[in-house]
Amino acid sequence: MNPFAYVRVTAVDEAIKAYANTPNSRFIGGGTNLLDLMKMGVETPSQLIDITRLPLTEITATANGVRIGALVSNTDAANHQLIRTRYPLLSQAILSGASQQLRNMATMGGNLLQRTRCSYFYDPTYAECNKRNPGSGCAARLGINRTHAILGASQHCIATHPSDMCVALAALETSVQVSGPRGNRTLPFHDFHRLPGATPEIDNNLHPGELIIALDLPASTAAKNSHYLKVRDRNSYAFALVSAAALVDLESDGTVRLVKLAWGGIAHKPWRANLAETLLTGHQLERSRIERAAEQELKNAHVTVQNAFKIKLAQRTMVRALMTAARKDTLG
Amino acid sequence: MDSDEHPRLLDGGFNRREFVATAVAGILPLHTSTSTHSGSSSKISVSLLVNGQRQEAQLDSRVTLLDALREQFHLTGTKKGCDHGQCGACTVLVDGRRVNSCLSLAVMNDGREITTIEGIAQENSLHPMQLAFVENDGLQCGYCTPGQICSAVALLKEVSQGQASAVTQDLTQLKPIELTDNEIRERMSGNLCRCGAYVGIVAAVRQANGGE
Repeated sequence: MNPFAYVRVTAVDEAIKAYANTPNSRFIGGGTNLLDLMKMGVETPSQLIDITRLPLTEITATANGVRIGALVSNTDAANHQLIRTRYPLLSQAILSGASQQLRNMATMGGNLLQRTRCSYFYDPTYAECNKRNPGSGCAARLGINRTHAILGASQHCIATHPSDMCVALAALETSVQVSGPRGNRTLPFHDFHRLPGATPEIDNNLHPGELIIALDLPASTAAKNSHYLKVRDRNSYAFALVSAAALVDLESDGTVRLVKLAWGGIAHKPWRANLAETLLTGHQLERSRIERAAEQELKNAHVTVQNAFKIKLAQRTMVRALMTAARKDTLG
Repeated sequence: MDSDEHPRLLDGGFNRREFVATAVAGILPLHTSTSTHSGSSSKISVSLLVNGQRQEAQLDSRVTLLDALREQFHLTGTKKGCDHGQCGACTVLVDGRRVNSCLSLAVMNDGREITTIEGIAQENSLHPMQLAFVENDGLQCGYCTPGQICSAVALLKEVSQGQASAVTQDLTQLKPIELTDNEIRERMSGNLCRCGAYVGIVAAVRQANGGE
C-alpha cells in the first residue's frame, strides 16, 4: 500500500473541506472495497478521510417514505423493521451479497461506490484496462469474459457493476442525497451510475468531492409484492452471474397496476428494465408475456462466446423473480 | 550413525486431541516475522480495548487491524489467510460484531472494543463454542478455526437478536430465527475451510446453540 495521510472527521462540512484541501483524497467508510483496491495498487490515494464517525447512521420514516443514512451498515439496513416490513426487496438483495462480516462493515453509501470485480481492472499486472488506466485498452474483450456485460457496454469497457443492493435500489426508484463543495443535491437512482461509453474510468455522476449523505426510498414502491433472485456459481458468498429485482402491484382482476424490474450482473450499472415494465403494465401477468417483455429488453444485447448464456439466463431469472413476486410461481 | 544425520522430527509431545484443543484456543506458538513499513509519513496514536485490556500503540496509517493484533500486540491467534476479505480467517469481533480484520485499518478502530480468539475462552475453561468444535471435529489443520469460532460466537448472538439471513423465509415477519442447518451454512459462508471440515463445523454450531 502506498503511504497516505489519515484524517478523521466528525461533521459533513469538515469532510468536504478536507477533501477539497488535499488532491487525490478518498472518503473511507466500511473500506471493504477501497482498502482491498489499495492493497492491489489500483487505488493510490494520498489522503484517507475517515467518515465513519459522521452522524449519518439513522433510518427514519419521512413524509415521503423512508430515509437511510449513508453510514448505516448493510446489516443494520437489512434488519431494520422499517426496511423488512416496507421494503423487503432491499433486505433480500443486501442479504444475498457478501458475508455477514463484510455486511457488518460495509455502509449503504459505500455500496453504491464499490467498483467492478473485472479481474483485468483489479490486477494492475494487466497493462490494458481503460477503467484503471484510460486509453490503455480493454483486456477483457478478448480475455476471460464469462461474467461480463451484455447490455450497455462499449468497445472501451465491458465490466459489470457488482452490487446486489443497487439492483433493488434501482427497482425501488431510490433517490441519492449528496453534499459537496457546491451544496446539496438529489440524484435519481437511474442517473447515479453511468454506462462506460468512452470514459469507463468514471463510474458514476458524483462530482469530485461530493459525499453521499442518505438514500430516500419513496412511498410509491413501499409494501408491494417483490422478489430478488440471484443466480451465481456458488450458492453463497459469490457475485451474481445474473440477478433480478421484481416488484409488482396487481389490480383485483389480476392486471398489472405497477411493475418495477431491474437486472444485476449484466451491465455497467443496475439495468432498469423500463421497456419490459411498459409492455407488462395493464396486462394480465402471464408467463409468456413476461418472457416476451424480457426478450424485448434484451434484444440489443451484445455477447461474447463466453457470456452468451446470459441472455437466456437473464430472461429466465426475470420471469422467475416476477412470478415469485406475484406469488404465482408456476415453475416446475 | 551420527544423530545429526537423522531427519529432525517435530515432537512437541502433542497427541491429536491436545493439538486440536490448542488450535481451537488459538494459542499455537507460531513464529511471526515483523514487517516494517518504510516511507510512512507519520505514526498515529491508537488506543484499543483488546480482550478487556487497554492496548496503546503508535501505528503507520496503513497498518490493518489484523497486522496490529498480530505484530504489535502479539495476539497471533487471529490468522492471515487471503488478506482480501475472501476467506474469513482474520475474523474478530469489533464492539461485539464480527468483521474481517484484514480489511479494516487499525487507526479507524481507535477507541473500539476488540475480541479475538484469545479473549473468547473464560479463565481456564474453553468457551462452549470451542468445546463444540473439539467434540465435533470442526477442524482439521486448524488454521481457519480461530476465525470460524469468532464468527460462530457472533452468529449465535445475531440469531438471538432476530437478524435475518439470505435463506430466512419471509423477511416481513419479524419472528425468532429457527437455526436450521441451512441457516448455519449460509451464516458461516464467510469463513472458508480448505480442509473441508464443514460438516463438523455445522454440527458444532448446532450443538453450541443447544440443538443436541
